[in-house]
Amino acid sequence: MSAFEYAPAPESRSIVKLQPSYGLFIDGEFTDGAGSFKTISPASEEVLAEIAEASTADVDRAVKAARRAYTDVWGSMPGRERAKYLFRIARIIAERSRELAVLESLNNGKPIKESRDVDVPLAAAHFFYYAGWADKLPYAGFGADPRPLGVAGQVIPWNFPLLMLAWKIAPALAAGNTVVLKPAETTPLTALLFAEICQQADLPPGVVNIVTGAGETGAALVNHPDVDKVAFTGSTEVGRIIARAVAGTNKKVTLELGGKAANIVFDDAAIDQAVEGIVNGIFFNQGHVCCAGSRLLVQESVADQLLESLKRRMATLRVGDPLDKNTDVGAINSAEQLSRIKALAEIGSAEGAERWSPACELPERGFWFAPTIFTGVSQAHRIAREEIFGPVLSVLTFRTPGEAIEKANNTPYGLSAGIWSEKGSRILAVADQLRAGVVWANTFNKFDPTSPFGGYKESGYGREGGRHGLEAYLAG
Amino acid sequence: MPAKKKESADSAVATAPRLAVRKTYKLFIGGAFPRSESGRTYVVADSKGQFVANAAQASRKDARDAVLAARAAFGKWSGATAYNKGQVIYRVAEMLEGRRDEFTALEVPASEVDEAIDRLVWYAGWTDKLAQVVGGANPVAGPYFNISSPEPSGVVAVVAPSQPTLLGLVSVIAPAMATGNTVIVITDAPRVAITLAEVLATSDVPGGVVNILTGSAAEVAPWLASHSDVNGLDLTGVADTKLALELEQAAAETLKRVRRPAAGLDWTADPGLAPMTAYLETKTVWHPKGL
Repeated sequence: MSAFEYAPAPESRSIVKLQPSYGLFIDGEFTDGAGSFKTISPASEEVLAEIAEASTADVDRAVKAARRAYTDVWGSMPGRERAKYLFRIARIIAERSRELAVLESLNNGKPIKESRDVDVPLAAAHFFYYAGWADKLPYAGFGADPRPLGVAGQVIPWNFPLLMLAWKIAPALAAGNTVVLKPAETTPLTALLFAEICQQADLPPGVVNIVTGAGETGAALVNHPDVDKVAFTGSTEVGRIIARAVAGTNKKVTLELGGKAANIVFDDAAIDQAVEGIVNGIFFNQGHVCCAGSRLLVQESVADQLLESLKRRMATLRVGDPLDKNTDVGAINSAEQLSRIKALAEIGSAEGAERWSPACELPERGFWFAPTIFTGVSQAHRIAREEIFGPVLSVLTFRTPGEAIEKANNTPYGLSAGIWSEKGSRILAVADQLRAGVVWANTFNKFDPTSPFGGYKESGYGREGGRHGLEAYLAG
Repeated sequence: MPAKKKESADSAVATAPRLAVRKTYKLFIGGAFPRSESGRTYVVADSKGQFVANAAQASRKDARDAVLAARAAFGKWSGATAYNKGQVIYRVAEMLEGRRDEFTALEVPASEVDEAIDRLVWYAGWTDKLAQVVGGANPVAGPYFNISSPEPSGVVAVVAPSQPTLLGLVSVIAPAMATGNTVIVITDAPRVAITLAEVLATSDVPGGVVNILTGSAAEVAPWLASHSDVNGLDLTGVADTKLALELEQAAAETLKRVRRPAAGLDWTADPGLAPMTAYLETKTVWHPKGL
């Protein structure tokens, strides 16, 4: 189908020096954990390293180190000094950006062009942004003398490992908190490289602690009595468990959870731009994006034309080796996630929606799923209601703007939404009525350190990014 | 002597004290004053222990009806201009000023009525200022228009404090209203609450924006805490820590925004922004710039 054949253009792995095993980063040093597990490349199933698994006792050690660092050093350090540590970290991330990008793509399966052009630069920018807040907190609008909360326990997902780490750690440190962060079980490597970056920056020991492990490690962290603040990004299911666990305590909580975003295309939209936006909305990062535009709502009068263009565009997507610079869609992050995507896609067909994927050769090893769209989807279908978290788009149609708004809001989620129209007044009126925390109009999946991000309803609460992102880490 | 007997009866009518027409204390749902669907009432006594009324005792069904009314009112109220919301809340203050004697007759101290009126005026002025204080343009690194604005969370269920009756009610209702939310209040002060409902009903507050359930928080609040169409839960009036924990846990199932202020609140102090920001979402809108 494609007009051009592309020769392989793999990014070299040699810049990454993988160690055979990694410990926990506690109190400024790597230490052994109670157990261990293997981390792999989802594109090849190759074992990359052995990772320490933190037990409850290990988590306790990390929280104690964070508490000491908070009390003795970080909580009382002048903001301008904290700022300089964060600026240093931002610079080192930029300096080691290629290494981080390769490692991220290796461990996560995302295309190198995304880790190189999106994840890593945004992570550096996030530290740079919050660094500047550290000595300006009295001007942030949270009182004349806002205080840090203490020790933050942070649990992050596998879809943007380094970027989510930056979203969590940068504002926490800028506000004067210390942190214990648990990266996702399947993607620990860039967090462990970040630990090394903290060492290079001479960050005082205990200010950042990284404990690797699975759900049990995360639960031990969230439930630790000496944690003052819990920040979680992940599934709504786990978000509910955390909200329940912290009920009745004085822990401050922010939750950034699932989504089922509507991407609304009106009949006056620039169709080619909309198609690019739809593709970016659902196939960026293999659709492993909580704010993915996973429900396409297209006005009936342009549906046929739009779908034809969309299918033509999808046929040019290159699925394969994440380290190849031409790759558009990489590997699904884990066998577990792949089986969930497959199961929901089968339910989509079983419930009567029509499934379509371009002809697309998938590698034999690793976890892969071809870009897929379902047409003839009704609001009752599970693929229109549940977060698939994969490269699967459900297409619904509408006739009037009112119907589009009603359908877009017909979900317990409320993280993001998209609007495609050339009519300014319509964009603003629709944006007003969408119950979602981020609305992209004539664009999609844009992120910036200055721009608050977070959900309505069951997509969680609290905002990350911008001045708003400080609120989660300050007591007014 | 039938003639004399008649004369005596006439004079008895003329000299007997007039029997007062008592008020029936019902619920306030969707702008109307219905009895409890359950048909239940409970005895309300004054400070001397004397019977004064049979107040409606709200049930689960009443709570669900209140959620329907609050949800139905949400679109119009949240979409009203900030100026309009400010006018309406100011009108509530005006009506309360005019009816202050009704509240002092219910043993609300005059100074508390003053505070309640002034608090309404304070919140009336916030409606068209908060967006500029908590929102604004974001200087993103690219050619994009990007702006963050506060929006109401939706339907907020509130357990009102037992004391102070009037100032407590006003202090939990007004911030949620001012930010465009619609409210369901559970209170155990039926006479003050329903008299306040009469103030609201004559103040251009659209029906359903504020709904008042009188009765037991322990009985009714769990249904609201677990209700899927309620977005926020204010536990200000829950003194029982066990009940507060249960309500917060129930609210976790639908990820409600829960507010649980520290005990010993000074009701006359400046409330700050927290009562308003507790039930606000931040919406960020992006659009490309280009010629």
